[in-house]
Amino acid sequence: MENLIALLIAAPLLGAAVLLCGGRRLDAVGHWIGTALASASFVMGVVLFADMLGKSPDDRTISQHLFSWIPVAGFQADASFQLDQLSMTFVLLISGVGSLIHLYSVGYMEHDERRRRFFGYLNLFLAAMLLLVLADNYLLLYVGWEGVGLASYLLIGFWQHKPSAATAAKKAFLVNRVGDMGLSIAIMLMFTTFGTFAFGPVLGTHEEAGLTQGASEGKLTAIALMLLLAACGKSAQVPLQSWLGDAMEGPTPVSALIHAATMVTAGVYLIVRSGAIFNAAPDAQLVVTVVGAVTLLFGAIVGCAKDDIKKALAGSTMSQIGYMVLAAGLGPIGYVWAIMHLVTHGFFKAGLFLGAGSVMHGMNDEVDMRKFGGLRKYMPITFVTFGLGYLAIIGFPGLSGFFSKDKIIEAAFAKGGTEGWILGGAALLGAAITAYYMTRVMLMTFFGEKRWQPDADGHEPHPHESPRSMTIPMIVLAFGSVFAGGLFSIGDRFLHWLEPVTGHSEGDSPVSALTVTLATMVLLVVGAGIAYAQYGRRPVPVVAPRGSLATRAARRDLYQDDFNHVVLVRGGEHLTRSLVYVDHTLVDGVVNGTAASVGGLSGRLRRLQNGYARSYAVSMFGGAAVLIAATLLMRAV
Amino acid sequence: MSAAAVHSLWTTAVDPIDKIGAPKIEYGQLSPTLIVVGAAVIGVLIEAFVPRKSRYYAQVFVAVVALAAAFAAVVALAAGGYGTTKAHIAAMGAIAVDGPALFLQGTILLAGLLGVFTFAERRLDPEAHGNRVDSFAAQAASVPGSDSEKAAVKAGFTTTEVFPLLLFAIAGMLVFPSANDLLTLFVALEVFSLPLYLLCAVARRKRLMSQEAAVKYFLLGAFASAFTLFGIALLYGYAGSVSYATIAQVVDGTVQNVDPALAGTMGNDALLLIGAAMLAMGLLFKVGAVPFHMWTPDVYQGAPTPVTGFMAAATKVAAFGALLRLLYVVLPGLRWDWRPVMWAVAIVTMLGGAIVAITQTDIKRLLAYSSIAHAGFILAGVIATSPDGVSSVLFYLGAYSFVTIGAFAVVTLVRDAGGEATHLSKWAGLGRRSPLVAAVFAVFLLAFAGIPLTSGFAGKFAVFKAAAEGGASALVVVGVISSAIAAFFYIRVIVLMFFSEPRSEGPTVAVPSPLTMTAIGVGVAVTLVLGVAPQYFLDLASQAGVFVR
Repeated sequence: MENLIALLIAAPLLGAAVLLCGGRRLDAVGHWIGTALASASFVMGVVLFADMLGKSPDDRTISQHLFSWIPVAGFQADASFQLDQLSMTFVLLISGVGSLIHLYSVGYMEHDERRRRFFGYLNLFLAAMLLLVLADNYLLLYVGWEGVGLASYLLIGFWQHKPSAATAAKKAFLVNRVGDMGLSIAIMLMFTTFGTFAFGPVLGTHEEAGLTQGASEGKLTAIALMLLLAACGKSAQVPLQSWLGDAMEGPTPVSALIHAATMVTAGVYLIVRSGAIFNAAPDAQLVVTVVGAVTLLFGAIVGCAKDDIKKALAGSTMSQIGYMVLAAGLGPIGYVWAIMHLVTHGFFKAGLFLGAGSVMHGMNDEVDMRKFGGLRKYMPITFVTFGLGYLAIIGFPGLSGFFSKDKIIEAAFAKGGTEGWILGGAALLGAAITAYYMTRVMLMTFFGEKRWQPDADGHEPHPHESPRSMTIPMIVLAFGSVFAGGLFSIGDRFLHWLEPVTGHSEGDSPVSALTVTLATMVLLVVGAGIAYAQYGRRPVPVVAPRGSLATRAARRDLYQDDFNHVVLVRGGEHLTRSLVYVDHTLVDGVVNGTAASVGGLSGRLRRLQNGYARSYAVSMFGGAAVLIAATLLMRAV
Repeated sequence: MSAAAVHSLWTTAVDPIDKIGAPKIEYGQLSPTLIVVGAAVIGVLIEAFVPRKSRYYAQVFVAVVALAAAFAAVVALAAGGYGTTKAHIAAMGAIAVDGPALFLQGTILLAGLLGVFTFAERRLDPEAHGNRVDSFAAQAASVPGSDSEKAAVKAGFTTTEVFPLLLFAIAGMLVFPSANDLLTLFVALEVFSLPLYLLCAVARRKRLMSQEAAVKYFLLGAFASAFTLFGIALLYGYAGSVSYATIAQVVDGTVQNVDPALAGTMGNDALLLIGAAMLAMGLLFKVGAVPFHMWTPDVYQGAPTPVTGFMAAATKVAAFGALLRLLYVVLPGLRWDWRPVMWAVAIVTMLGGAIVAITQTDIKRLLAYSSIAHAGFILAGVIATSPDGVSSVLFYLGAYSFVTIGAFAVVTLVRDAGGEATHLSKWAGLGRRSPLVAAVFAVFLLAFAGIPLTSGFAGKFAVFKAAAEGGASALVVVGVISSAIAAFFYIRVIVLMFFSEPRSEGPTVAVPSPLTMTAIGVGVAVTLVLGVAPQYFLDLASQAGVFVR
């Protein structure tokens, strides 16, 4: 059974190799090859899942040693995998949602002549992401981490003929480098601290505690903060959040799979996986919760002001991942709920993006919601599935988001003390804003009057329902959006499933669960009500009004790019210029000065070589005298 | 250890005269030297009896066969275990047959063989009056520019005496590193020096410069020999013997059977220290260490280039061999006295050679200063006073001699109307005109600079490693700094060859005969093989790294 783990990764990797090296001959069937191999991965995941369910909860971890990757004295890196309940959850999410989105892309990318390459990249992404969650050490995880970064870069910039897409890809890549540096530093710190970076020895197992037990808190805090930096980059958390909005330049299936359901949650995986390190570094945990809380509000506020449907959803993604990071920062109180929200979010956010893609598909790739309106009649399936996703994300009772988000808000309060109140309050406020911006998206897209306009070529859009290859994945995901939360929560199934890996504690909440739920409901209604008052009762202007100061700030992503430009870009340029100045004057000066003085010395010594045998003989005589004197002197001293 | 033989001088002094037997000579073990000396004598006879037209061929044939046979003899001795288990002192205590001796003799013989090839090259210059000419004067005794010189050129004379001279020099060099008493050492020194002085004087082009070089070399060499001889005398006064083993025993204080007649001066440390310093000075002169180096650039520049190549390679091997034996066999008990002095010499040699080379404009002088810097690097290995030190020096010498002969052979190819175009400015753009020759020369320069994948790197690494492990880290630091300085002028030549515009009236590159091509080809091959896969040869050198006492 263990041998399946490598095959799980190998299948999409093979797909990527075949599709990217296969050439034009595969143009006709490439997309089906990619979809088949992604599905094969999913099937293997299901088989492994069934096998795992047959074992006792404490004995479910299996591992596979593939080969010794870097066997050097004092440094051992293995290509080996570890499959436990946490990885299993991710495997099913990645390969399941991944397969659905492959299927969806068959229709969505139908008219793109580089469709084969697109599927090759998607397969590459799946392989890298599976490697990331299946690796049994941080170094191999890093390989997957960089692999998904590469796939993300390639897919954001897939339509590289658009300068905006090329720029967005580069931006995502650069911002992610910052996070990746964090991960590599964390791995190096681990090696110097523990002498290894394998999960087992570092993090410990059921039987024995890991090396984190013996390490100093300072070092653990440093490692944890570096891991957090990595997570911030990959999961678009403040302050490394700026790339996600632009990443929407990629094809919509990419936004759904990579920039909503899976890759951007890798940071959450990293934090939860490294729970043993974070548990021993409370200061770092506090930073994690702060980052999560700030991001969940930041993303939500940005989402409120965007007229581009995908960017609004991107803000939402940022915000929802903020919830997860917040939960992960709470320690054992929150790990399970972070992952549960991650899974349910994977369903409904992928569904929402696919819905958005379906809308764009029918509207000549228009993304401005001010030019939508009234689409529910034209795209009934999209409307229903999108609507279910909408209800799920705002936390409508009984749907997936209700269960998972509620738990996070409760856990935030359960942190206790002032921190608990602040974090819980932020989470509650976030829930209200979520209801507001999602209702706004829903109303502007599917309700109200038609505000369609001909595109630049004068084509009047003819909205229509998308082909079946696109609607089926949307329907499947809608089922997930509706039922996953209930399935997980009733009888605490998800808790029991994940607890052996992540551990769990209830915490001590100052407010009862019921109170939290009721407060959430009230805020939900308030948020949705305001949105309805603004966008349901009144007609939506086709051209965006100037808006208040807050609106304009949110439209500009709360000036994040301006901040980066002023502080980082300008600062970097100044630093570069001054370094170049130092290099030219000081370093080159020293180097050239040395060279010049050696040259001068050479010229002077050269004059001793005057060609006269007599002076050579004198120098020899002098040399011999010195030699003899020195030898005698050595004895004398 | 044949202690009885070592003490021959003692024992003969006290034994009755009628007991003197015939000396016991191990002809088989001395065969490499004997073959070369015999061939040299045959070469002299060829000069006397073979018709002028055939002499060249006869001489080249005899020299090549003799050197090859001598090399085969060295290999046979080494295979017979004379380098390791059967190492001993032959010829009544005069000659050591051991690992270092055989290794160095093999190196010298191979260098000599390549030297013969470059000596025998007759295709580089255009024919004069229908006769092929080599690098040597038509008639060395004729005054430059005189009518007799013109007549000699017209008659197609060639100085084929260079071949027996070369063989005599090689014979002396074979004995020099294996000499086991001071008198043999001195005789060997003169046997190889005198032919070299002569060889330096017989260049065909720029004869005055060549003769000036020879006179300088001779004068300064004689001066240094005087120091050497004086040093030997003082050491004899100190130990009452010229035998290495006895002197070592006296230094260590373990000597027995002291002759009462000599007991008065014996053990006078002033004699020992001054004598050792003077003897060391003579050897440092031969290796070209600062401040005894000043002959090197003038002689290297003036001598016929094939002679320069051979001399730069083989003299250095022989002289370092003798220096190693002196310091490791005769004076190990004195190492706390000589090590600091040698430190200082090594440092000024490395830095001096590298720094002065920077401003050179003549390729032969540049290589001369480079050889001075290399002498400093090798000294760093000598100072290590460990078996690794010995083997690293042996390896370095082997690697260096092939690079040197190859590099000087390339210098003979680049010519203009006045003969070899040795001024650096004429080498500009050579890479465009003759990419192969320039590339080969670049390989040699990179090896000189010690760039990885060339033998120079492996050698330098071994020497510095041994020095560092021997406690001379500071020396290694200076060595690396000197290497960095030296890299500048090596790379500068490469840049000049490949990245400068060729000059319109630049030199031509002569197409050599297979002889020079062989010399250059072997040089490149050894340089690359020792650079890429040095381990076998390092092992060989380390097996050969033990002196017999």
